[in-house]
Amino acid sequence: MTAEAGVPDISATRAWVARLKLGLGTAARHRSIQVGGVLFGFIVLLAIFADLIAPFDPNKNNFRALLSAPDAVNIFGTDAFGRDILSRVIHGTRLSLLVGLLVVVATGILGVIVGTFTGYVRWLDGPVMRVMDGLMAFPGILLAIALAAVLGPSVSNAALALTITFTPRTARIVRGSVLVLREMPYVEAAKACGASHARIVLKHILPNALPPLIVQLTFVFSVSILAEAVLSFMGVGPPPPTPSLGNIIAEGRSYIQEAPWVALMPGIAIAMTVLGLNIIGDGLRDTLDPRLRNL
Amino acid sequence: MTRYILSRVLSAVPVLFVVSLVTFLLMWLVPGDVASQIAGPDATAAELEAIRQRLQLDQPIHIQAFRWYGNLLQGDLGQSYLLHRSVVDAVFERLPVTLSLAFMSLVLAVIFGVLLGVLAATNHNNWIDQVTMAGALLGLSLPDFWFGLVLIFFFAVGMGWFPTGGYTPFTESPLGWLRSMTLPACTLAFTQMGVIARMVRSSMLEQMGQDYIRTAKAKGLPRGLVLFKHALRNALIPVITLVGIMTGLLLGGTVVIEVVYSLPGVGRLIIGAIQNRDYPIVQGGLLMTAGIFVFVNIAVDILYTIVDPRVRNDR
Repeated sequence: MTAEAGVPDISATRAWVARLKLGLGTAARHRSIQVGGVLFGFIVLLAIFADLIAPFDPNKNNFRALLSAPDAVNIFGTDAFGRDILSRVIHGTRLSLLVGLLVVVATGILGVIVGTFTGYVRWLDGPVMRVMDGLMAFPGILLAIALAAVLGPSVSNAALALTITFTPRTARIVRGSVLVLREMPYVEAAKACGASHARIVLKHILPNALPPLIVQLTFVFSVSILAEAVLSFMGVGPPPPTPSLGNIIAEGRSYIQEAPWVALMPGIAIAMTVLGLNIIGDGLRDTLDPRLRNL
Repeated sequence: MTRYILSRVLSAVPVLFVVSLVTFLLMWLVPGDVASQIAGPDATAAELEAIRQRLQLDQPIHIQAFRWYGNLLQGDLGQSYLLHRSVVDAVFERLPVTLSLAFMSLVLAVIFGVLLGVLAATNHNNWIDQVTMAGALLGLSLPDFWFGLVLIFFFAVGMGWFPTGGYTPFTESPLGWLRSMTLPACTLAFTQMGVIARMVRSSMLEQMGQDYIRTAKAKGLPRGLVLFKHALRNALIPVITLVGIMTGLLLGGTVVIEVVYSLPGVGRLIIGAIQNRDYPIVQGGLLMTAGIFVFVNIAVDILYTIVDPRVRNDR
């Protein structure tokens, strides 16, 4: 790109804002986005205010209430160390959402960069997309587990492993849009007017490539929450005692007969979070990207 | 046709190269010294040196890569550190469990997914449609490993119909094999079923809006014939592609399900190897799973051109 890329281009920003407003305005009136938004919004609020809402310290042991069934004090029961499951689930949800958000942001940025360059710069397309195809040839969750395992268990490594896993498909979607948009008459017109590559990409191509990307990122969000749970369940996610929904289930697995609530409750939390996101995703797909309606 | 098949198979070469490169480089992501990771914290300097020599970690990377590819082309993926046998043998021994689990779930998911999708499409916009689609959405929002535990809790612990885990080989007792595979297959199928049902429904609805369906109705064909002989046949074409994509999801999904149900498949082999830092097994398992996935997708693409000749002419 030329030097112009560094200069803030006001008209380009305006194009982005206009495109977003148009799309999100319609989206906000869609019923499934409202339903999913309420469900997901409620969970996000719980996660943000986890410290205020959680009734107990998620890591505080209580040896007088080991594996106690749900009651008025411990609404979701306690685990083998007497820790309050509800508090652990709330904090675990926060961690899941944090990982999901990190993955969405990183995948979004990388996906746009790789997708735009491969779609716009012809000679880059072949080699870079072959690498992406190669990464997509691994069963996703298996690659994520292997990467997280060799990188070592931590929040950032889990997010990194999932980003590497989900970027290729996102890049492919952006590339697909860019390939179509670069042939549009208005792009040709902009070129004829002497617009720089940076301006064409930022003002004319990317704003229009945004809707399918947003839909894809909602999907990445929900899948990374599921995948983070798998990583934690397998012991390659954020390490205990940090509560994550996956490692609470892993701990509860040993007590599935005498204390099923330990494993059941976090799973319901994951399902509700992912369901909320999926409902929003369906609505966004209907409003933002009618072409994908059949998928 | 032969040309298409050939070009499709050839296109897998760069993909497989990248796959093998990624698996090779995976070792490089291991933070710190691989030898001390393998040997553990109590290893002496001599032990570390021995490991480095055995694995040729003291050689420069390009020599290592050269050797690795040389062995790979001869079908040698190295030796397991712990199992004292070749990676290829260890993976092949466990492959039948993983593949039969993935295949059973795929069959279940396709049968029930198509049935539910058709049910929803033929009852478009009434309560049957809404309930089916809500169920499908819930299904694909469930963490599969957790759903596996739920099934164990109800049907193995509660009802006692199935074992809580473990594997009975088919050769030992076909009935025992079926009992040990039923819950795992249902777990995996349930989450995938929703994806297929949604796809079949929308694809079926799209077909039902086409002109040829109107013609068929106009000439007085019975509704069942129009739906199943005309619409469904065309609606199922995109499902073939989905089956290819789902094979990847299922091959990955089996890893987790094998752990939940203690099935001795490739997934559990890889997870065990990860815990024991037996990296050749991790690499070999990954490589072979990805290889299977690549070839299933080639097969799916070829099948697609046979079923839908329009695609063949397009390319």
